[in-house]
Amino acid sequence: MSALLEVSGVSVTFDGFRAINNLSFNIGPQELRAIIGPNGAGKTTFMDIVTGKTRPDKGSVTFGERSVSLLSLSEAKIAQAGVGRKFQRPTVFEDQSVFDNLMMALKKPRGPLAVLLFRPKAEDASKVEALAAEVGLGDQLARKSGELSHGQKQWLEIGMLLAQEPRLLLVDEPAAGMTLQEREQTTALLVEMAKTRAVVVVEHDMEFVRRLNCKVTVLHEGSVLAEGSLEHVTKNPSVIEVYLGRG
Amino acid sequence: MKKGFLAKNPSVLIFLLCLAAFTLAVTLLSEAYGVSFLSTSFVKTLGKTLCLCLVALAMDLIWGYCGILSLGHFAFFGLGGYMIGMWLMYARTEEIVVQALAGGPLPPTPEEIVTGIGTQIFGVVGGAEVPLVWFFAHSLTAQLVLVVLVPGLLALVFGWLAFRSRVTGVYLSILTQAMTLALALYLFQNDSGLRGNNGLSGLQNLPGLDEVSQDALSVWFLWASALALGLGYLLCAWVVSGKFGSVIRAIRDDEQRVRFLGYSVENYKLAVFTLTAIIAAIAGALYYPQAGIINPAELAPIASIYLAVWVAIGGRGRLYGAVIGAAFVSLLSSWFTGGRAPDINLGIYVVKWVDWWQVLLGIAFVLVTLLAPKGIGGLFDLYQGRRLPDRKGADLGPDDSSLQEKEAVQ
Repeated sequence: MSALLEVSGVSVTFDGFRAINNLSFNIGPQELRAIIGPNGAGKTTFMDIVTGKTRPDKGSVTFGERSVSLLSLSEAKIAQAGVGRKFQRPTVFEDQSVFDNLMMALKKPRGPLAVLLFRPKAEDASKVEALAAEVGLGDQLARKSGELSHGQKQWLEIGMLLAQEPRLLLVDEPAAGMTLQEREQTTALLVEMAKTRAVVVVEHDMEFVRRLNCKVTVLHEGSVLAEGSLEHVTKNPSVIEVYLGRG
Repeated sequence: MKKGFLAKNPSVLIFLLCLAAFTLAVTLLSEAYGVSFLSTSFVKTLGKTLCLCLVALAMDLIWGYCGILSLGHFAFFGLGGYMIGMWLMYARTEEIVVQALAGGPLPPTPEEIVTGIGTQIFGVVGGAEVPLVWFFAHSLTAQLVLVVLVPGLLALVFGWLAFRSRVTGVYLSILTQAMTLALALYLFQNDSGLRGNNGLSGLQNLPGLDEVSQDALSVWFLWASALALGLGYLLCAWVVSGKFGSVIRAIRDDEQRVRFLGYSVENYKLAVFTLTAIIAAIAGALYYPQAGIINPAELAPIASIYLAVWVAIGGRGRLYGAVIGAAFVSLLSSWFTGGRAPDINLGIYVVKWVDWWQVLLGIAFVLVTLLAPKGIGGLFDLYQGRRLPDRKGADLGPDDSSLQEKEAVQ
C-alpha cells in the first residue's frame, strides 16, 4: 500500500528552538492514526507544516498518488488538493447561519469569479441538509452558528470538513470539551470516516485514543519516539519515561 | 420555490424606492423643472452627496464586509474625477480656441489648435505643450474608459503587492494612507502634467451644451448620480448576497480558517479591492463635474479617513448604513461649515461651528464606536426588534458548553 501522505526528514526551528527535528511520518489512503505526545512535542507544528501554515527548514512533504510536494503550495491550494483540518477550538463563522457555513465548505470551484456567479441548486441544498442531519444539526440550519452550543459548534465544524470531502483529515483534540456521550459519537464518526480516507487524530486523552483502537505515533521533542499499537507503545520504556511516567 | 432577488432582499427594494422618491422630489422642487424651491447650488450639493453615498458603499464593501480598513479610497475617487476632468477641460478649451481662431484670414491648422489649447490650459504652470498623459483627452469615450481603467489598474497593482505579502490590519491601513498621500504629492507637482496645485477647473461647463443652463445641468447630474447610486447599490447587494458575500464576511472574521477551507484569501481581497476602487472612481467622475473643480488636495489622506468615519457612523456591514452615514454626515458637515449654523455665545467664549464642527464630528465618532457600534443603521434593528440576546459575560469555552459566565454561576 503506497502512502497518501509522506513526510520525510522535516525540521523546523523557531528562533533557535527546534520544534520539529528530522521528523518522518507516513499514512495510507484509508487509515486512522493517533498522534500523542506531551506538550511541546511538536504536534501542532506538524499539522501546521502539512497544511502549509509553516514552512519547514528542510525535508519533504508529498501527497497523493503522484507525490505532489505540498511545500510549494499555498494553504488554499493544499486544502483544495484534499487536506482538511479541524482545530481544537471550534472555528465556525459565528456571524453566519449553519446553512451558509456548510455551503461555503461544500466541495465546489473556489475561484472568486466562480463563487460570485454561484447560486445554490436544489441538489446543493439537499446535500447541505443531508450533511447537517448527519452531524445532528438538521433542524438548526437557519440559526446563526454563533448561537450554537460548544458541542454543536464542534459538530458543525466536523460537518464542514465532511463537506470539503478531504482525502486526508487532520483533527486536533476532537474530544476536548465534549461530554462522554459526545465522545462516543465522535469516536464512531472518526472510525467511520477512516474507512474512506486517511484520518490523523492528535490527542492528549489516552482513554480516547484507546477507544479509537488504531496505530499510534508518539512524538517527543519534534521527532517520532515510537510507533505501533497502543499496547506496543505503552510498553516501550522510553515512552513510559517521557510521557506516561509524568502522568 | 424560487424567489426573485428583490423579494429575498426587501431592503434593496425599499432603498431604491426611497432613492427614486428623493430624486423625483428634488426634480419637482428644482429651478429648472419645478417650483424653484431649491436653489441650483443646493441641487448640486444633493447630487454630490449622492456620489459620496456611492463611494461610501464601496467603503462599506471593502471595510464592513471584507474587513479591510482601506484609508485610500479617495485616491480612486479623485483619479476618476481627474480622468473625466481632462476631457471636460480639453474639449471646452478646444471650443474656445477654435472660436478665437475662426476670425483669422486662414482657417486654423490642427497644430495651431493644439498649441492654442496647450497655452490656454498649461499657461498657468508655465507650459504650452500638451503633456503625454493628455493623449486621449480629446475623446470622451477614451476618457470614460480611463475612468475605470486607471484607478482599477492602480488598485490591482497596489492590492496585489500588499495582499500577496499578507499585509493586514493597521499596517494595510497605513499603506493605503501612504498611497493616497504619495499620489496627492505627485499631482501637486507642476510637471506631473495635471496643472499641479491649480488642478482642473471649469468642469461644470459641459462642452457642446452651452445653451443648457446650469439649472438644468444640475438636475441632469442629480439624475445621473441617483442612477449610479441605484445601480451601485444593486451591484453591491448582489455581490454580498450569495456565496461570495459569505466568503468575504468569513475572511473578515477569520481569514486563516477560510484558507484552510481552500479559498485563496488574497485573490478575494484583491477582487473586492479592485471592484470597490472602480466604484469609487465612477462616483468621483460624477462628483467633480458638479463640484466644478478638482485639485490634488482632494486626494489628501484626511479625505479617506472621513470616508471611514461616515461608514462607521452610518453602520458598517450593512449597505444602507453606509449610504445613510455618508448623506447624514456630509450634509450636516456642509450645514455647519457653511456658516449657517448659529454661533453659540457662552459669554466668555463664542463657539463658532466652522471651527468646532470637526471637534463635534470627532466626539460623535468616538461615541458611536464605543456606545453604538452598529451606527445609525442599528436603529433599524431596534425598530424590527432584532437584538442579540444579552448573555452577560464571555463564552466559558470548553467543558461548560454553551453557558456563559453569569448563566453558569447561577
